[in-house]
Amino acid sequence: MQREIGRTTTAIAIEGLTKDYGDVRAVEGLTLNISEAEIFGLLGPNGSGKTTTINCLTGLLKPTKGRVRVNGFDVQSQQHQAREVMGVSPQETAIYPYLTGKENVQLFGQLYSVPKAELRQRVDHVLEKVGLLEDAGRRVGKYSGGMKRRVSIAMALVTDPKIILLDEPTVGMDPQARRAIWDFVLELRDQGKTIMLTTHYMEEAEELCDEVAIIDHGKLIALGSPEDLKGRFKARDLEDVFIQLTGRRIREGA
Amino acid sequence: MRMGRALALAKKDWKKVLRDPAFLFIIILFPVMLTLAFGTSFGAVGGSQTVTLNVAAVPLGGNSTSSLLFVKDLQSTNVVKVSWYADNQTAQSELSQGLVQVIVVLPAGFDTTVQSFRANPGAPGLWTNTTVALYLDKGSLIAAQVIPSVVQQVLQQGVLGIKSAAQASPFSLSTPTEVKVQGTTVFQMFAPGLFAFASIYMIMMVAQSYTTERESGLLSRILVTPATSVDILAGSVVSYLAIGLVQALLVFACVYALGYHPAADMAGLAVGFLVITVFALCNIGFGLITAAVAKSAGAATGISFVFLMPQLFLGTFVGTALSSTASAAGRFLPAYYVTDALTSLWTRGAPALSQTVLTDLAFVSVSSVIILMVGIQVFKSFGNR
Repeated sequence: MQREIGRTTTAIAIEGLTKDYGDVRAVEGLTLNISEAEIFGLLGPNGSGKTTTINCLTGLLKPTKGRVRVNGFDVQSQQHQAREVMGVSPQETAIYPYLTGKENVQLFGQLYSVPKAELRQRVDHVLEKVGLLEDAGRRVGKYSGGMKRRVSIAMALVTDPKIILLDEPTVGMDPQARRAIWDFVLELRDQGKTIMLTTHYMEEAEELCDEVAIIDHGKLIALGSPEDLKGRFKARDLEDVFIQLTGRRIREGA
Repeated sequence: MRMGRALALAKKDWKKVLRDPAFLFIIILFPVMLTLAFGTSFGAVGGSQTVTLNVAAVPLGGNSTSSLLFVKDLQSTNVVKVSWYADNQTAQSELSQGLVQVIVVLPAGFDTTVQSFRANPGAPGLWTNTTVALYLDKGSLIAAQVIPSVVQQVLQQGVLGIKSAAQASPFSLSTPTEVKVQGTTVFQMFAPGLFAFASIYMIMMVAQSYTTERESGLLSRILVTPATSVDILAGSVVSYLAIGLVQALLVFACVYALGYHPAADMAGLAVGFLVITVFALCNIGFGLITAAVAKSAGAATGISFVFLMPQLFLGTFVGTALSSTASAAGRFLPAYYVTDALTSLWTRGAPALSQTVLTDLAFVSVSSVIILMVGIQVFKSFGNR
């Protein structure tokens, strides 16, 4: 398959993305280039357009305007190829409650046609990484919220995807589990994976992200590394950056 | 479509049925409990119906004056509709397919017997005695209970003109062939309908399954994997076909234990199970339409009754007790043909490849595939919004 993007380092290219829901404009003219082996954070309050952007990236939503490419593949016209290289952990904990943790992860490996022997190894590997190997034989309906979130992340990573989309990955997790997930994400980046995550935890963005985009009301209002942004706005943290840009705290909503 | 993906999704559905108490109850336990409850309640009780029976008259001696008189008098009782058949074999074939419920075979010497009686009504020694053979539908209680006395009455009062029932007659009736009046219960008559009855609830389960997965974000999540909507739907078809077959086997085991022993050979049993299994496609289709329309799993339960109730009332054992108009309406529903095919095959002992059975199988197959295709299209267009 021929790569369509000239710059081989670009893993995700969003060009002028606009998405309308009827009269409501959720995302307006968003342009982002995310490099390979980078952790990219999409920050913003609830309703700012983060999940809509992720859904356009996965092909679940068709952009009103603009174009999205993943690993060089146009998400609309080359949907199947684009999905083959992506692992997605959605905002809602979408897991089968009547399956065990291990069965949920296995199922998603099977949907990507991972060979049986390889899948067995990968399932154990990701479950160990998210700290669920011991509880993997229990049905997830009986898991805590944080454990469910960790299964959801394992489901996204079992196929060893090149590009990983994590929508609010650590919501509901205790500090220890959150730290384990952060370490795993950093390890994946070091392996050359590209990770795009949305979060409204500023400390998470500062800890993990090489580059962040702050969006508000569907518009990009700031872009750069956490250090760059803090320096540019003479801010103590990213929360302070957001306050200076919008006059609101990020958790107050859009 | 990748078969591996479809099978992985089907396996997930099977686990749901076995592990989710609500699904386990509706799909497996409910049909078993219903069958056991129905069989226990009605196993030894007769029923009453207002029906017109189709009677095949087979005059082995040709259409004589006496045989014509017999048919005219029989017809005038208003409980039967009589048709002439040239030979017993054709009539037997019709009986096995449920097209007639009674065969009356008038022997070759029927006319001679009548003439001998009329010539010497008071001298039984001069009569030419003969036997009128009767064949009755096993599944028809009315035929078994009413027809022998009606035929006897018509022969004596109508044909011979005997006023007193106690008076001797040159005619005797054969013991009705293939009829076990004592063993034919309401349960045995209605047992074939239980199979369709149990399967129909699959509509609700399919609809709930899809709406729940949509509400929880699972459907969207699967759709962002390389699995296509065809993989997902193929997985559902595979899983629910298997569930339908297991359900039918369980109901079969129950009705068999309760005394319903199908009058069918292996071919008849196989075709019966084929009809039930194919019927699952129709229920998957209605389930998908319901899931596409319903906004939540709760709404899906309610909306599923739009498809469930007509099939239940007009197409299963319930339909046998309804008016002729309701019965006619049932002919537009696949469940009716499932029940009819099973009644022909397993209650009446019709051959597996008889015309009625093949017609029923064809209707169930064609209608189920059409409904499934419509369901798939409707769900693909509106199901994931």
